[in-house]
Amino acid sequence: MQYSWFNRNLKWIYTLPAVIFVMLMMLFPIIYTVRISFYEWSMSATTPPAWVGLSNYIALLKDERFWHAAGSTFYFTFAALTLEVILGIAIALLLSREFRGKNLVKTVFLLPMVATPVAMGLVWMLIYEPTIGVANMMLKSLGLQPLLWLASPNQVIPSLVIVDVWEWTPMIALIIMAGLATLPSDPYEAADVDGASTWRKFVSITLPLLRPTIIVAAMLRLIDVLKTFDIIYATTQGGPNFASETLNLYGYVLGFQYFKLGMASSLLVIFFALVMGLTLFMIWMRKRLEGASS
Amino acid sequence: MRKSFKQWVGVGTTVVMAATVATGCGNTASETPQPSAQAGTSATANAKPYAGKTISLVTANHPWAEAIKPLLPDFEKETGIKVNVESFFEDQLTQKLTVQFTSGSATPDVFMYRPLQEGKLFYKNGWVQPLDDFAQKAKDYDFSDFTKSAIGSTTVDAKLAGIPIITEQEILYYRKDLLQKAGIAVPKTLDELTAAVKKLHDPKNEMYGFVARGQRSPLVTQVSSFLYSEGADFTTGDKASINTPEALKAFTTYGTLLKDYAPPGVLNMSWPQAFAIFAQGKVAFLTDANSLYQNATDPTKSKISDQVGFAVFPGGKAGSKPYSITSWGLAMNAKSANKEATWAFIQWATSKDVVLKTQQKGNPGARISVWDKAEGTTGFPAELVPVIKESAKTGVDHDRPTVISVGEARDAVGEIVQKIMTGETNLQPVADKANQALQTIIDKDKSR
Repeated sequence: MQYSWFNRNLKWIYTLPAVIFVMLMMLFPIIYTVRISFYEWSMSATTPPAWVGLSNYIALLKDERFWHAAGSTFYFTFAALTLEVILGIAIALLLSREFRGKNLVKTVFLLPMVATPVAMGLVWMLIYEPTIGVANMMLKSLGLQPLLWLASPNQVIPSLVIVDVWEWTPMIALIIMAGLATLPSDPYEAADVDGASTWRKFVSITLPLLRPTIIVAAMLRLIDVLKTFDIIYATTQGGPNFASETLNLYGYVLGFQYFKLGMASSLLVIFFALVMGLTLFMIWMRKRLEGASS
Repeated sequence: MRKSFKQWVGVGTTVVMAATVATGCGNTASETPQPSAQAGTSATANAKPYAGKTISLVTANHPWAEAIKPLLPDFEKETGIKVNVESFFEDQLTQKLTVQFTSGSATPDVFMYRPLQEGKLFYKNGWVQPLDDFAQKAKDYDFSDFTKSAIGSTTVDAKLAGIPIITEQEILYYRKDLLQKAGIAVPKTLDELTAAVKKLHDPKNEMYGFVARGQRSPLVTQVSSFLYSEGADFTTGDKASINTPEALKAFTTYGTLLKDYAPPGVLNMSWPQAFAIFAQGKVAFLTDANSLYQNATDPTKSKISDQVGFAVFPGGKAGSKPYSITSWGLAMNAKSANKEATWAFIQWATSKDVVLKTQQKGNPGARISVWDKAEGTTGFPAELVPVIKESAKTGVDHDRPTVISVGEARDAVGEIVQKIMTGETNLQPVADKANQALQTIIDKDKSR
């Protein structure tokens, strides 16, 4: 009797340790962060944490810097994600054809993804250096005006987007290539019979069939881009004058530089809710689209 | 309840930090506390009262640490105390110490810290042991030999929170060849400096008049000498005073020099970038800490290594008042289980002999007697030595607002200068707002 119960629930029992571990490692920090977000606490031994209710949240919502950081986060995320998806699809289509040296090209495309982001940030800082950097040397050799790149409040986020696109487009390309490999061939044969153009085939067959894959790739990237910390911290630390300070960076500054742990936690809770909300929205959209296409 | 909450916070922060550090280059050295061994046998007990003890030392990745490590066997042989050393990158060092102290750890016994950055936070939290009694009682230690400004930097609430090991002053770096060619004397005042900068500024040929730190937080320490020399300060008593006319004049001088005469991209420069471009031979003047001089004079890093001149910081309305501070000190953990042995180490590491040895390797110490000895200055260019001595005499003992939340205060001050650099002309409201922010930080300190 007992044996059959064990047998029936085998799939739960074997995964239980992993489930418990993951739950603890994920749930504990989240619950703990939520808890601190209701306290005012500055890592001080002489003043204990004090319960302040929602005032951390209220202070944050009244804080210009918070809204500015939220704006920067969305600007950066939207620009990087759009470019990465478009370029990712293009590269995937290009690489899905057969040509000599395909494997070599594929490897080269994947290289940026493998590099350590902080090290890459430092390299890009040199590239962008306005006086002695390579970026301005290239602009000048093309007869263009040199730019300030990371040192200009207006150019800093586009410059960071370039770094992110350079580093992470290959990941999108990789996922979409996998999707392309699974596409059925009969719709294309039928289209060939009808004499459809390459562009027409792409818009009417490839893109609709790839839609679920694209959404998955975009969703994975969305979560990551929103959370980007390393390249921004390594290159600008949020500067010049807060121009590239995203929510994630502001949270770090509040917590580890200002020692306002309560406020940092409430920012992270808001940020967490935001990422969660966007993810759920993407999942919902994907289901709807899949329902529509089947 | 209170205690357990704090302990949990320690755990929580460690988890968060582990994640943060994972993105960078974590130092994985072991953190197991070293149990102190039993005291030595009675035969040696008199000569070496702490024989057999083990103490732990945490240092930054800093030339001083490199200089002291080879000397440790001498200390261990002399006293019988075993010293375990761990080293960390600067930022990780602060985070590591903060987390360790928050959770009430008895280790490390002794650690390197930045008095003006973390001193007040550490002291107010009761994490560092006041050293006044130790220092006054110690035989042959000659505590009065330390420069006043250096001790001022490590003093919190009239108590000695640490012993200075590295000092620095802001000085003026200039290009001898350019000044000579243009027939300009070395500027003695800020007005003369501005005039000379204008004259040598030639951006068409990629030659710029002036460079210094332009990044928001890093620039605050370097603008401080401009402030003092104009007769201003970050705070007056316990009132923020960064919106006074004198302060605004100082911020405007610094900000305008950078806006109009610095290489492009200066808004994003901290000292590595500023020195790099100076060393490329593209800038005539640079103001920064003297401790960084090797970045300009080392022929492997600098194209103009033989043309670098040093001068005392130019004077303003109040004369030449550069900062003269302790950038690194040694402090004792208030919870250390081996306070006497730890003091023995600090006393040794900051004794005249050892300071002489570390200073010969280019680590500017705080002992007047060592600076007065010929062999004490061999680690520095001959022309720099009188500049250091002069600056140490007139210098001010802080280079940033002396509050607990230094990072936040620096961002408030730095924003004024960055606004000037981005072309803001209506400064009073910007400065008033920053002053208010700084005042809030000061008021909050009082309630701790």
